[in-house]
Amino acid sequence: MKKVTKDVLLNWYEEMLFWRKFEDKLAQVYIQQKVRGFLHLYNGQEAILAGALHAMDLTKDKMITAYRNHVQPIGMGVDPKRVMAELYGKATGTSQGLGGSMHIFSKEHRFYGGHGIVGGQIPLGAGIAFGDKFHGVNAVTLTFFGDGAARQGSLHEAFNLAMLWNLPVVFCVENNGYAMGTSVARTANHTDIWKLGLGYEMPCGPVDAMDPEKVAEAMSEAIERARSGGGPTFLELKTYRYRGHSMSDAQKYRTKDEVAEYQKIDPITQVKDRLMSDHNMSEDHFKDVAKRVKERVAECEKFAEESPFPEQSVMYDAVYEQEDYPFLPAKS
Amino acid sequence: MKTIQFREAICEAMSEEMRRDESIYLMGEEVAEYNGAYKASKGMLDEFGAKRVIDTPIAELGFAGIAIGSTMTGNRPIVEYMTFNFSLVGIDQIINNAAKIRQMSGGQFKCPIVFRGPTASAGQLAATHSQAFENWFANTPGLKVIVPSNPYDAKGLLKAAIRDDDPVIFMESEQMYGDKGEVPEGEYVLPIGVAELKREGNDVTIVSFGKIIKEAYKAADELEKEGISCEIIDLRTVRPYDKEAILKSVKKTNRLVILEEAWPFGNVSTEISHMIQAEAFDYLDAPVYKINTQDTPAPYSPGLLAEWLPDYTDVVEGVKKVMYRK
Ligand SMILES: Cc1ncc(C[n+]2csc(CCOP(=O)(O)OP(=O)(O)O)c2C)c(N)n1
Ligand SMILES: [Mg+2]
Repeated sequence: MKKVTKDVLLNWYEEMLFWRKFEDKLAQVYIQQKVRGFLHLYNGQEAILAGALHAMDLTKDKMITAYRNHVQPIGMGVDPKRVMAELYGKATGTSQGLGGSMHIFSKEHRFYGGHGIVGGQIPLGAGIAFGDKFHGVNAVTLTFFGDGAARQGSLHEAFNLAMLWNLPVVFCVENNGYAMGTSVARTANHTDIWKLGLGYEMPCGPVDAMDPEKVAEAMSEAIERARSGGGPTFLELKTYRYRGHSMSDAQKYRTKDEVAEYQKIDPITQVKDRLMSDHNMSEDHFKDVAKRVKERVAECEKFAEESPFPEQSVMYDAVYEQEDYPFLPAKS
Repeated sequence: MKTIQFREAICEAMSEEMRRDESIYLMGEEVAEYNGAYKASKGMLDEFGAKRVIDTPIAELGFAGIAIGSTMTGNRPIVEYMTFNFSLVGIDQIINNAAKIRQMSGGQFKCPIVFRGPTASAGQLAATHSQAFENWFANTPGLKVIVPSNPYDAKGLLKAAIRDDDPVIFMESEQMYGDKGEVPEGEYVLPIGVAELKREGNDVTIVSFGKIIKEAYKAADELEKEGISCEIIDLRTVRPYDKEAILKSVKKTNRLVILEEAWPFGNVSTEISHMIQAEAFDYLDAPVYKINTQDTPAPYSPGLLAEWLPDYTDVVEGVKKVMYRK
């Protein structure tokens, strides 16, 4: 694994804070009804993205996930302004305003969505790896999904095929404890999701995913295996989401104490503590970071606000490659 | 009469039937402890217990199949899909098993099951979460398809669906659960396959169903101000649909506008259009006018979505068109 130096920690801290504040801003503008529909936020789970990015080869590796997907593309290199604009439904958004909150994509930055049907992206991730193997591209695809998605049949078919065809894919379940209001314990006869890999003889195991370094270690090993022809790995990333499932969730299925317990091991705080204890960073530094992050978020908001809405023609142009496709009229 | 919300109508229908018949259970994501993603099963876990109000993991194929299988040994399940968009994960079980077991077994096994949940768009939820598959299910012999538009119909028809010995697809809307309407204090059941004349009129017949019918009411109010009188038929059931009700009305008004939230290709509107030209050709004073969504996946951006989804202005335009008015 690449060493976790002071610079890495500094970068983790600043980026994770930015992702956190970016999501907080989205929650705020959602209440102002500038962003509509569903809005699933990543707060609490940032260590997973930080650790994964550290382990990836960002010149070629790929990522796909579900609908909790605003900050991953940013990590992969997408301009956050364009992500914010997509949530505003603006023409400058990553999908020209067609996709919205659940469907962020960036071909340029190898971020393959942004998927709203639970479990639907699991075979897609394996398929991206299939294509890379087919074409002799030495890249690895990280395929993320939730603990709820781990109960879909699509996981089992994809696992089997990925092992059968020895695909360069890392399956990553982000176990944040709940699928909407359903705790992991209420979805299976045991709670060790990583064990689902055992039946396929897929290398698998649990990871403390509140700590980006632990994530980076596990990911590095899995990515190395995939890249060297060793096939898939299944990682259970144990994490927690601080906010509700989407924006209208009374959260009666958990206690405030439970949330507070996880906030004690918050990934951002953990990295900050390390920077202070191991690297003598002072509060002044963190104040500067906070200021920079605030400015970056404000720029995104301004850009999204000021961007135009898309032209009506986008709705049709985006559907087919064929330029003169004869759509049926809506009314006649 | 009492006034209740649509979601309460659904809940009352399920609860009343479950009190009457022990073989009925409710199964689906978040139906029990969470009281339903849209609170349509509020209080049911408390009343009926975990044996009969069953939370499932996210496994639409598995639990659809299990519910269908249990009809073969005497259950009458109600399966809730959080939305019918997600039924696609399990649609093989519905089309290849629920709809066909009776026929394939030469009538040995009946399949009394209800699949229910919201259909169609519900705001800016984008492509995968805004789909109307009424016509997909209605295309399948062996299924019945009900799409109510108000609490009264929802309660009476859901009770009928639960009592029906064949598989029924029962489609609601996230945007209707809060709608209020009057229902009788006592028990009532409505017949499947019977449309309702919601408004009498002389100039044009408007046929619609589900939540989008509200746009037809709005249009009719507008048109009335201009002296145009619309007759509105709520299909309520899509398969089998009430042909006679439509024919009777069209023979009176000689003009037909159909409003349906679905993609334009091969839908309920095209079926009705065909039927009308075949059976009432000589009565028509204008071609049948159908109003659907745009022929694209639903876009997210608000302006695009407004363009994509039909509304009352489209109905006003359609009515004027079939009346050759400007
Ligand atoms: C096939 C399907 N079923 C149901 C839903 C509704 N739904 C959206 S998110 C969700 C919970 C998923 O939980 P999990 O996989 O743990 O991911 P998390 O939200 O915790 O990130 C459900 C049931 C859906 N979008 N797709
Ligand atoms: Mg989860």
